[in-house]
Amino acid sequence: MALDIFKERGVPLPKQKFDWQDLVRAPYSKLDDDSFTRVRVILMNGIESEALRFSHACARMNGDLQLVLAQIRRVEQHQQTLINWLNPADQSPLETTLGFEQVAIEVTASVAQHEPDPYLAQVYRYGMLEDFDHLYRYAALYDRVMGKDPNTLLQSYSDIIPGRPTVIEHRAPEDELRVPYDKTTAAPLTKLHALTITAAEHQTHDYYMTIGPMFADPVARQLYAEIASIEEQHVTQYESLSDPSETWMTKWLMHECTEVWNYMGCVAYETNPRIKAIWTRFLDYELGHLHAVMELYKQVEGRDPAEILPSELPEPTVYKSHRAFVKRVLEQEVNLHAKGTGFVDIKDYPADGPSVAYREQMNSQGSPSEIVAAGYVYRPGTELNRKPLDTFLQKGGRA
Amino acid sequence: MKATTPTMGMNRTGARTSPILTRELIANTELTPPSGEGGAQGISNVRIMYAQQGEKMGSIPPPASLKQAASTLAKAVAGRNMSVFVDKLGERNAFERQGVRLYDGVISKHAAYGTWTGGPSLAELQHIRDEELQHFELCSEAIVSLGGDPTVVTPSANIHGVASMGLVQVITDPRTTLLHALEMVHIAELADNDCWETLAAIARAMGQDGLAEQFNEALKHEAEHLQMVRSWIAAALSSDAGSAVPPPTAH
Repeated sequence: MALDIFKERGVPLPKQKFDWQDLVRAPYSKLDDDSFTRVRVILMNGIESEALRFSHACARMNGDLQLVLAQIRRVEQHQQTLINWLNPADQSPLETTLGFEQVAIEVTASVAQHEPDPYLAQVYRYGMLEDFDHLYRYAALYDRVMGKDPNTLLQSYSDIIPGRPTVIEHRAPEDELRVPYDKTTAAPLTKLHALTITAAEHQTHDYYMTIGPMFADPVARQLYAEIASIEEQHVTQYESLSDPSETWMTKWLMHECTEVWNYMGCVAYETNPRIKAIWTRFLDYELGHLHAVMELYKQVEGRDPAEILPSELPEPTVYKSHRAFVKRVLEQEVNLHAKGTGFVDIKDYPADGPSVAYREQMNSQGSPSEIVAAGYVYRPGTELNRKPLDTFLQKGGRA
Repeated sequence: MKATTPTMGMNRTGARTSPILTRELIANTELTPPSGEGGAQGISNVRIMYAQQGEKMGSIPPPASLKQAASTLAKAVAGRNMSVFVDKLGERNAFERQGVRLYDGVISKHAAYGTWTGGPSLAELQHIRDEELQHFELCSEAIVSLGGDPTVVTPSANIHGVASMGLVQVITDPRTTLLHALEMVHIAELADNDCWETLAAIARAMGQDGLAEQFNEALKHEAEHLQMVRSWIAAALSSDAGSAVPPPTAH
């Protein structure tokens, strides 16, 4: 779908209104809705969370912008609320976690395949294999502690097998920074990708940091501590992809554009009409924000936003299973290890490199991700099911 | 052994912990009127308003293969409301599977804290755990025999899963004892007994006498589980109280 963001002005800021009942709507159905509805809700909560995070940082550094930032931020606060409250109460924190990792796999897989910069595409593939492993570890936790089947949430779109083992994902900060895109030459899609994945990973980190201590099982508590640490690494990695020499106004403009682009994708793919109406409304709200910031950009920077923004937005994230792509990357790149801003085969990573000592220290008393998934092989109906697997492949159901 | 009694300590939750502060708290409460008129009914009104919007947690998937099946089972249930049966079978399927993991947690407690005179042995706990696994398999087979998908989370399975999250929290918390864990499986076994009885009754109503027989066998196991868990808890409480505390007998 093509969207001319200069022509489409959306809903003006003063007309963007909410009330408490509007914010707290009936959630999606954990049982009946498509997994990708949950994926989009989780992703867009992350996108709006990043909007607030950026807006506050910007306000602290730019006194003149504080009022407009606060006005737009108030709307984004309520957009985030409405979206996040679409998660149903019968979806436990661990079930939502499975959704977070499905976001990290399927959305990052789409980004990695469409990213025009080969180096950044490599970075996304690298991170994706780590989140892929997190899904496997959390699936084992869900199966073995809760006695439930993780695929009831994933709906067979994503594989439940090991990726790059979490136990070796722990790396020193020296190996976590990447080379940013060049703001003058990078394609708009590159900038949209970097902001999107940073937002998703940051929210994942914050979510794990909030819910980790709510678990009673000590292995669960350890596993969340371990994977939250990797998510912090991922935020460090992904945020370093954006050119730090972009001005505050440029970054604000790109944040708003990223929100528009992501809502556009949600509208294009959403299968639940009730949720689609929300995406459509918020696409219009974000176009309103974008145009407000475009005007401000002209005043503050004295430049035309068209120098930065594309006239038509690129194709959105593809919300479908990327099983074949993920499998191929797994086969070809699971042994990569970050070294400085690049990647090497793990056997070529120096024995005295900073990540080796760091990893040995962190794993010195055992590894929760190894304990939880020791010998774990997913089976439909959980690993307790000993029936032949073709029991589950009778006629009927989704292809 | 007395592995269960809480020790005396500095529990601060009671108002009498700080009599002076509590007096001040009460005085201010009495001096200050509420922020508005009314009572707890307003909360109920909002619940009702949302409930009337009609959104459901989920549904039962259509038994695709059942429609095509020419089996006796499929014919036997023709004209009856199968969805109740499928929903409740799915509920028991999920509950029994989770029961296996609950008993895994109880077995960890046994290893961590040991038992007491009249308490469970490892073999007894393992025996119950294995029977829960057999019951899970029985439910799965029943669902498959009816043309259903045993991996489906039915609405009732989902609701019972939400309800039993608290049991998992207590059993997996390393600070709770074997007695605490047994009190949690006591709750589970009480529900399980009634639910198996109900499931057998539904099976009969659906013309599934063979399944009803098997469910009654499972019910017998569950009745034994309940009796055992009750006796272990009573033995612990009797030991800790220094006087006989008989197990409850109602069911």
